[in-house]
Amino acid sequence: MSQVFPKSANAWSKASVLAIVFVLLGLGWVVLTIQRSDFVTSANQFVEQPVQFSHQHHAGGIGIDCRYCHTSVEVAPSAGIPPTKTCINCHSQIWSTSPYLEPVRASFRDDKPLQWVRVHDLPDFVYFNHSIHVTKGVGCETCHGRVDKMPLMIQKVSLQMEWCLDCHRDPSRYVRPRDQVTTMGYQPAEAQADLGPRLVKEYKIAGLEHMTSCSVCHR
Amino acid sequence: MKPTHADETDPKAHRSTSVPIDIQAVRARLEQQGGPQVWRSLESVAQTDEFKDYLHREFPTNASEWLDPVGRRSFLKLMSASMALAGVTACTVQPTELIVPYVRQPEELIPGRPMFFATAMSLGGVATGVLVESHEGRPTKIEGNPDHPASQGATDLFAQGSVLTLYDPDRSQSISQLGEIRPWNAVIAAVRGGLSAQSGSKGAGLRILTETVNSPSLAAQIQQVLQLQPGAKWIQWEPVPRDNARAGARTAFGEYLEPVYDLSKADVILSLDADFLASEGASNLRYARQFAGRRRVEESADNLNRLYVVESNHSVTGGRADNRLPLKSSQVEAFARAVAQHTGVAGVTGSAPAGSEAFADAVAKDLAAHRGRAVVMAGDSQPPAVHAIAHALNAAIGAAGVTVSYLPTPEVVPSEQHAALRELVTDIDAGRVQMLVIIGESNPVMSAPADFKFAEAMSKVALRIHSGLFFDETATLSHWHVPGTHYLEAWSDARSFDGTVSIVQPLIQPLYGGKSAHEVIATLSDRPERNGYDVVREYWSAFAAAGRPGETSPKPAPAAIAGVGGQAPAATPAPTAAATFELSWRKWLHDGFIAGTAFTPSTALLAPDVATRITASNAIGGIEINFRRDETIYDGRFANNGWLQELPKPVTKLTWDNGALIAPSTAEANDLQTGDIIAINHDGRTLNVPVWITPGHAKDAITVSVGYGRTKAGRVGNGAGFNTYALRGSSTPFYGEATITKTGDTYDLVGTQDHWSIEGRNIIRSATLEEFKAKPTFVKEMEHLILDKRISLYADKEYKGDQWGMAIDMNACTGCSACIIACVAENNIPVVGKAQVKRNREMHWLRIDRYFSGNLDTPDTYYQPMPCQQCENAPCEVVCPVSATVHSDEGLNDMVYNRCVGTRYCSNNCPWKVRRFNFLLFQDWTTPQFKLQRNPDVTVRSRGIMEKCTYCVQRINAARIQSRREDRAIRDGEIVTACQAVCPTGAIVFGNINDPNSQVAKLKSSPRNYTTLEDLNTRPRTTYLAAVRNPNPALPSNPMVGGHHAATESHEPASPGGGH
Repeated sequence: MSQVFPKSANAWSKASVLAIVFVLLGLGWVVLTIQRSDFVTSANQFVEQPVQFSHQHHAGGIGIDCRYCHTSVEVAPSAGIPPTKTCINCHSQIWSTSPYLEPVRASFRDDKPLQWVRVHDLPDFVYFNHSIHVTKGVGCETCHGRVDKMPLMIQKVSLQMEWCLDCHRDPSRYVRPRDQVTTMGYQPAEAQADLGPRLVKEYKIAGLEHMTSCSVCHR
Repeated sequence: MKPTHADETDPKAHRSTSVPIDIQAVRARLEQQGGPQVWRSLESVAQTDEFKDYLHREFPTNASEWLDPVGRRSFLKLMSASMALAGVTACTVQPTELIVPYVRQPEELIPGRPMFFATAMSLGGVATGVLVESHEGRPTKIEGNPDHPASQGATDLFAQGSVLTLYDPDRSQSISQLGEIRPWNAVIAAVRGGLSAQSGSKGAGLRILTETVNSPSLAAQIQQVLQLQPGAKWIQWEPVPRDNARAGARTAFGEYLEPVYDLSKADVILSLDADFLASEGASNLRYARQFAGRRRVEESADNLNRLYVVESNHSVTGGRADNRLPLKSSQVEAFARAVAQHTGVAGVTGSAPAGSEAFADAVAKDLAAHRGRAVVMAGDSQPPAVHAIAHALNAAIGAAGVTVSYLPTPEVVPSEQHAALRELVTDIDAGRVQMLVIIGESNPVMSAPADFKFAEAMSKVALRIHSGLFFDETATLSHWHVPGTHYLEAWSDARSFDGTVSIVQPLIQPLYGGKSAHEVIATLSDRPERNGYDVVREYWSAFAAAGRPGETSPKPAPAAIAGVGGQAPAATPAPTAAATFELSWRKWLHDGFIAGTAFTPSTALLAPDVATRITASNAIGGIEINFRRDETIYDGRFANNGWLQELPKPVTKLTWDNGALIAPSTAEANDLQTGDIIAINHDGRTLNVPVWITPGHAKDAITVSVGYGRTKAGRVGNGAGFNTYALRGSSTPFYGEATITKTGDTYDLVGTQDHWSIEGRNIIRSATLEEFKAKPTFVKEMEHLILDKRISLYADKEYKGDQWGMAIDMNACTGCSACIIACVAENNIPVVGKAQVKRNREMHWLRIDRYFSGNLDTPDTYYQPMPCQQCENAPCEVVCPVSATVHSDEGLNDMVYNRCVGTRYCSNNCPWKVRRFNFLLFQDWTTPQFKLQRNPDVTVRSRGIMEKCTYCVQRINAARIQSRREDRAIRDGEIVTACQAVCPTGAIVFGNINDPNSQVAKLKSSPRNYTTLEDLNTRPRTTYLAAVRNPNPALPSNPMVGGHHAATESHEPASPGGGH
């Protein structure tokens, strides 16, 4: 009876052991990449809104301060989505007949709120608080990107826990002076490596252990 | 909330105590040298198999075992469901969420930050001021109003539970006429039609039946209707009315007065069947606070008061007695007479019931020795004679004007309600009533004395209109039903115990289009379409215009009144009356009460001939049955409230049912076991009720609570318990003679008294005042094993910033259980239902362990609230395979729901058994109303997740963020946990233990402070302050507990480390 396996099978079997390792590693890489991809995180995806509101125009072009509309960003967990009244403050005077703004006028007229689609959507077991971040010198831009360059609002970052922890583990890389929080396209006046640690100290930003305690964000 | 009924209980999970408990043996074991010092139940002393199961296994019936016979179909269904849950949900992207901003945002409202509004809740004709937390217009949680005299910052469990009733999906949702939906103007037309038929007789056929009315404006409205319809009558009916207290005051003073006690000045208190700490009298919260204020021995050992309780049932107050005497209710009068005679009350004589002579003598001596510093209280269920004797006693011992004052009643028109209801039934039977309007939750079809045959009588009335929150038993017998409004939905006003008026302001529009009592009564008036707001405002506008108590001049209001106080122009000349009233009105709404409306104490003197006016009644020779308001569902109006149904009753720890509470000796004499159904025959009526053996209950007496056994309560309350109203007659509304027969059937009563049992080891420690004075550090000598605390595998962690801790004063805790409901409301804790409670799966993060000590018949009672101990060396943390429970930098033992995979190792390793596991999807994820109630700051947990007390970490975070934004440290007292906030006695104190000046740090340095299971060296952050009792040395008393010479286990000695 002849051999079932030819001699070359030895080489094949050795190679396949190695191949399995590579395939598994590759699969792991694929899973992790997909997990971090925009497909999963919904980053960089346009969302259809009831009104094609342009931050580029309002914040960038006209230069309206973020806090004119997002009024509670300094005092509450939520930055606040402006009531229709805020839109009407100006749009009763300008573009008051624009067809684009009909949903806004209808909302004001019929006392029916606009229904925006949430772009930055954290899981419900995460309790993010805008006010503390703004107070400690985290700029709008740091998380939301160059809003002044967005004709339609998109999520620029993954909003995954890994991303949160990146800053929570070492905020000195990201903090900016409080008066620059709403600045778009902020450039530090001095090297961030000097400024960051100084601001962390000045703003009494808590240490690593506190910032990575589970109950700081999860309750 | 799961609709759960008795019949859902799995028959296989039925009482496993097939071997009956031998009460003789239990007695013997308790009396033997080295027997158990503290025990929870007869089962625990008898070491039944069921108890051992509870003790040794975290969950007696495990989720991993099939509990129900499973067919192929349901097996496949379950499998596919788990596949879907395990596999698919992990991959799905988050569902799209909408953001819906306001069109015009209210100025003060900041989305994401709750607002608090002051209002008041009335129950039983007395109001308590509350602050209601509102998240974007949704009331979610009730807190006490610290400035209100009745609340002083605390609330009771009914107030806590009331927010769930607001959202109850079973509330009636439409106006109906004989089952057909009708509009509001049809109601008005029907009422007008009914009234015009009465126009000839000046309304002689009209009757209005309400609850006890403590709303001045509603009473004024009704009186106005009575002026228009002079022949009409107004009847107030409360299912458990305070007739006896009212009649007793009339006997003693010639008028209806409310005795209001000042326990802060009382060194000696005698309670004659008065459960003043929890369920009776004018203001339990205030009394509890005053009582506890006199138990703080740190300030001065002489501060300690002494409480004598003479009662039939074992009440919450009885559990706090220094000397307690179980007596039949019908014997209390004889006891009171004996005390009165010994104390020297002229004309009142009598001899104490056999066996209680020494007690009566000692009490009388103590009262006499504390003239002007003692007080006697009579319970609402005691006959008028006992109330009159108590008033006479208080006069004799110089209490009147010091520890007790007499005020006008909070109800606007006091009445004796049984007589009024009897008159109504007589009138109906005589054909004198053509139109009956019933408003409120008194549900007379259910709650009227059985001999009135109210349902039968009511059906004879030609036009019957009912308005209430539920389409209840009374609504089904009415032609018209109008959905009522919850107190959080409508404008009104209400008086509290001392007369202080609160404006009741709504937090939300009526959810189901309800109409308030004001609006329903208005249909009877000459202005049928007025709304409640106008009625209330007009009434108080007239009040202000009449220049009544000091509110007409515009005082500069505190700046805290948003947009009002700041604008109060003190210098502006002569503001108009309307502007002045507007200012007052806003201040009243802001403050939660109208300052200066409290009554001045009556100067009425005790009638000199009071002794001759007291009619004596005889003691009941055989078995006595007592009817009491239920401790958790009140008179049945909270029967559909899952939170309150599932709350273990403070003393019996029974849930979801009522039972016939009997003493162990009664059980022995009649050969009864817990769960045996007895037929109770009372006054010709018979009812089958299962027995629950209650240590400390009076012999030859039964106590049943009313309010259960409802058929139209809703999906939660229907079918739970036994309708004991059917047994109660008008001649014996509180107690009467009964005979019992054992039927041979059994019923599964589910209690939690043996759940989460802990090994003995001096978990309860107490001393008498003398022992405490002699050795203030007595607790230290009660350690189970003195260990070198430095031994640990882990290095000590240094806390530089804040670190949290809690101290629970067992000298203050009354066991009232309001904290449990506060915790449920704050932390979105689900209701599991009776069948799951039976399997030890109740989800309460905070439980109150009730321990007895001493003998079966007159045990002492100790309450121990048991939240997560937040150990420094937490045993749960090291066993979690996925790090779902970890330590925070402030010492908290964090629970991370989104990491938890449900191994339950943590729970298995917790010596205190405080972790709770979602075996099933207990939380109701679908009913939209419940979504409105939930606290948005706390994650809603799903199936397969472990959870536990977090020290209200959401409140810690809110305070921390606030303080850091303001660049300051967190102030002591800034963080108040939900259980701490609700507590009327201040028994729970939370704070930063790194700050030596914090209240909690001070308490922890008290000599009474001790750690439970200290020898395990887990270093809990929750510690306890031992109880110091003050029994009269002249009377026999149980030995104090915790001494280390006596064996302390109620079972075989345990191995260190938990033993399960």
